[in-house]
Amino acid sequence: MLLVIEQLLNGLQLGVTLFLMSAGLTLIFGIMRVINLAHGSFYMIGAYVAATVAARSGSFLLGLLVALPAAALVGMLVEIVVLRRLYKKDHVDQVLATFGLIMFFNELTRVVWGRQPLFMDVPSWLSGSVELIPGIPYPSYRIAVIGVGLLVAVFLYLMFTRTRIGMQIRAGASNRSMAGALGINIKLLYTLVFGLGTMLAGLAGVMAGPILAVEAGMGESILILTFVVIVIGGIGSVRGAFIGALLVGMIDTLGRAFLPAFFRLFLATAHADGVAASVASMSIYILMAIILVWRPKGLLPAHT
Amino acid sequence: MAEPLLRIENLCKSFGAVIACRDLSLEVAEGEVHALIGPNGAGKTTLLNQIAGDLAPDSGRIYFNGQEITHLPLHRRAHLGLARSYQITSVFPNLSVAENLQLAIQAHQGHSFRFWRRGLSDPQLCAELELSLERVGLIKRADDLAGNLSHGEKKQLEVGMALACKPKLLLLDEPMAGMGPGGTVEMHKLILQLKRQMTVLLVEHDMDAIFALADRITVLIYGEVAASGTVDEIRNNPIVRQAYLGEEDEPC
Amino acid sequence: MFQFDRQKICLSIGALLLVLLPLLASLAGEPYLVSLFSRILIYALAAASLDLILGYGGLVSLGHAAFFGIGAYVVGILSFHDFEESALIAWPFLIPGSDSALVAWPAAIFIAALLAVFVGALSLRTSGMHFIMITLAFAQMLYFFFVALEGYGGDDGLSLFSRNTLPALDLGDDTQFYYVCLTLLFAFLYLSARLVKSPFGMVIRGCRENEKRMQSLGFPTFRYKLLCFVIAGAAAGLAGALNANQVEYVSPGLMHWTRSGIILIMVILGGSGTLYGPVLGAAAFLLLEEVLSIYTEHWMLYFGPALILVVLFARHGLYGVLVGKEKRHG
Ligand SMILES: Nc1ncnc2c1ncn2[C@@H]1O[C@H](COP(=O)(O)OP(=O)(O)OP(=O)(O)O)[C@@H](O)[C@H]1O
Ligand SMILES: [Mg+2]
Repeated sequence: MLLVIEQLLNGLQLGVTLFLMSAGLTLIFGIMRVINLAHGSFYMIGAYVAATVAARSGSFLLGLLVALPAAALVGMLVEIVVLRRLYKKDHVDQVLATFGLIMFFNELTRVVWGRQPLFMDVPSWLSGSVELIPGIPYPSYRIAVIGVGLLVAVFLYLMFTRTRIGMQIRAGASNRSMAGALGINIKLLYTLVFGLGTMLAGLAGVMAGPILAVEAGMGESILILTFVVIVIGGIGSVRGAFIGALLVGMIDTLGRAFLPAFFRLFLATAHADGVAASVASMSIYILMAIILVWRPKGLLPAHT
Repeated sequence: MAEPLLRIENLCKSFGAVIACRDLSLEVAEGEVHALIGPNGAGKTTLLNQIAGDLAPDSGRIYFNGQEITHLPLHRRAHLGLARSYQITSVFPNLSVAENLQLAIQAHQGHSFRFWRRGLSDPQLCAELELSLERVGLIKRADDLAGNLSHGEKKQLEVGMALACKPKLLLLDEPMAGMGPGGTVEMHKLILQLKRQMTVLLVEHDMDAIFALADRITVLIYGEVAASGTVDEIRNNPIVRQAYLGEEDEPC
Repeated sequence: MFQFDRQKICLSIGALLLVLLPLLASLAGEPYLVSLFSRILIYALAAASLDLILGYGGLVSLGHAAFFGIGAYVVGILSFHDFEESALIAWPFLIPGSDSALVAWPAAIFIAALLAVFVGALSLRTSGMHFIMITLAFAQMLYFFFVALEGYGGDDGLSLFSRNTLPALDLGDDTQFYYVCLTLLFAFLYLSARLVKSPFGMVIRGCRENEKRMQSLGFPTFRYKLLCFVIAGAAAGLAGALNANQVEYVSPGLMHWTRSGIILIMVILGGSGTLYGPVLGAAAFLLLEEVLSIYTEHWMLYFGPALILVVLFARHGLYGVLVGKEKRHG
């Protein structure tokens, strides 16, 4: 039972990280109709900047505060220099150009920071653990990650339902030509949305920093998970991304934790662990396949 | 009266607040040229889209040749003998004129799971291709890319492709719109030729052409059938005169 | 018909160079070139197979390396069991391993085709951005599957004891292996050139232009696209089998999505929808990589932006430049 709750929290933590990644990317897909493979690079940039600043200054918070605008600025720069020219092009062109961006950023981090991964310390004020539920200690840092993720979700929700810019973004996501007709400055809106998306990706990277190794290419593994989330949730839908992210986070975590025990029920231990590891690593893709058969456009598609 | 070739019962279709098709019922008898007229936005194209299968209706039924086809996918309807031309021409721009027609002929021949020989090495296909090119007057342009044709030629090709499918029922969506006078005459002749060979459901704005070609006319206004009858009935129908042919009030 | 001649001349020169390459390499005293060019031929086969669905079918698959990788693994796993003298499958009937190319390569093609049926049936239900992400995700699924498959080396992959055997030929000899690859590539290009002009190929090209219109003409387009996807997957599986033989090693890295991206780059660099272009693209990419990495270990720092520039300003492909005007699809 204890283990189950702990794993549920782990799943939630992966889920909110994925949400931070996918909320921005699904908007970029939905509004600009551009397939952007380089979103993981901003996750990586966030993590590297935060790790460096935190190591120099000794303050995690300062690292965070520098990393967020850094990710947003690099993102907006990339939008202005490269992405903007891709909106009207084929998907193949978008794939190739953003693939080029990944190559560039990965190699750049190797040039600047070297091939050795960086490690980031959990800030001392979050290094303990707390008992959210009596008898179940859980690392404070991970709880903070969950908290930040949920806060961002609430923030985005309020932004999209209560503010002018949020409504403009939503108008753009569901009907591009209408947004233009409403007199919205599309160019500026695109740049801002892109910056928002990359800032969220940077935030995800900062928070993953103390949990994972900070290294070149770290953005790609999470990028694929993000794609799965977007496919499940429906392109352009932030709500869909939220549901998809939690689903993927939970299934991936719980699968890895409990499938071995499940398979041991009817297979020899050594064999069971092998099978379980394989099945667990495929579980979210199987989930995606099922949802595709059931709803090819995702759970909550933004475009009808 | 015998079972009509096409029977539509209580068809409804709306796009959000716009109701494009309002409890619409219609019959098209075998062998007739049935014209569908109505002001812009009346829902003519939407009706053709539902008959051909490009759009699914919200409710209602469609029968073709005695069989219900309401939920059949596009390609199955084509095999039953439905073919159409699109109002917005949709030929394959990067294929040659001959290749466009070849595809239509292939479609009619059944499956195309043939991997080895060039399509044009099939004598039957070649003969039909020749015929199709001639029928729409595009022999000279056979090897040009369809995307490089003039607007009128594209329309001709579009109709030629529909004809190459040898349909029982041909749906034509404004085949003469935007054509020069020469093209209109050609198209007029072509449809006249078809008259004995197949059933045609024709959407057109050119009233002279309609009165010359059609056996029966249905008038569509706001997604509803406002009137339906023979050419003379429609010509003299007061509602139609007022609502649609209003500008033709003065005797000419 | 000057255009046509120029294309024929280019193709003949290219084919001649490839046929004479081992001779030229030994004259130049660079026998290493033979294995570099074997690698080029193998990737050319993979890229040309991708061109079938990308250039002619208009389907942007970002998971083509999955078929490449599975073909390689079939060879690796069969050879592993052959060496261990253990059964690949013990029940319901016994299937032993094998190091014969006549067994392993057809098996690789078959398994890759089977995988393509599965991936295609699911991903072809969608199009556009969805299709890209879904093919990518399924390829990654397979990648993680093999990473987790400890029995066959997991992350570390599997070394082959030796190359496959063929009657009367010694695949272990680099020159003979080169000619086997060349023959298979030529055969595939010939078959594909027939295919794209056949009635089937016409349907595929029609789907690329306007799928809805194809359906209203009466084509059940899904079946045609699926078959095309499977043919491409099978050919990529063969390329993977050849690759496993060349480097005598297989690992999950073969199906990593960056490899799918690289195969895609080869197609576009050479010119999509031309079949021969991707061969040129594979050669250009691998040679460029070879040369650039002599000068700097950070060659990707320059290659990435160069790729962006190519996409933005010069998207005709090398083949189009060579043959003259950008070649029409077909
Ligand atoms: N895909 C769609 N989405 C939303 N509204 C649509 C769609 N297609 C048609 N409509 C609306 O439905 C109504 C009927 O359109 P339709 O194209 O069927 O008219 P029509 O009679 O063919 O007109 P025209 O003579 O201009 O071709 C119009 O008001 C149109 O705006
Ligand atoms: Mg219309």
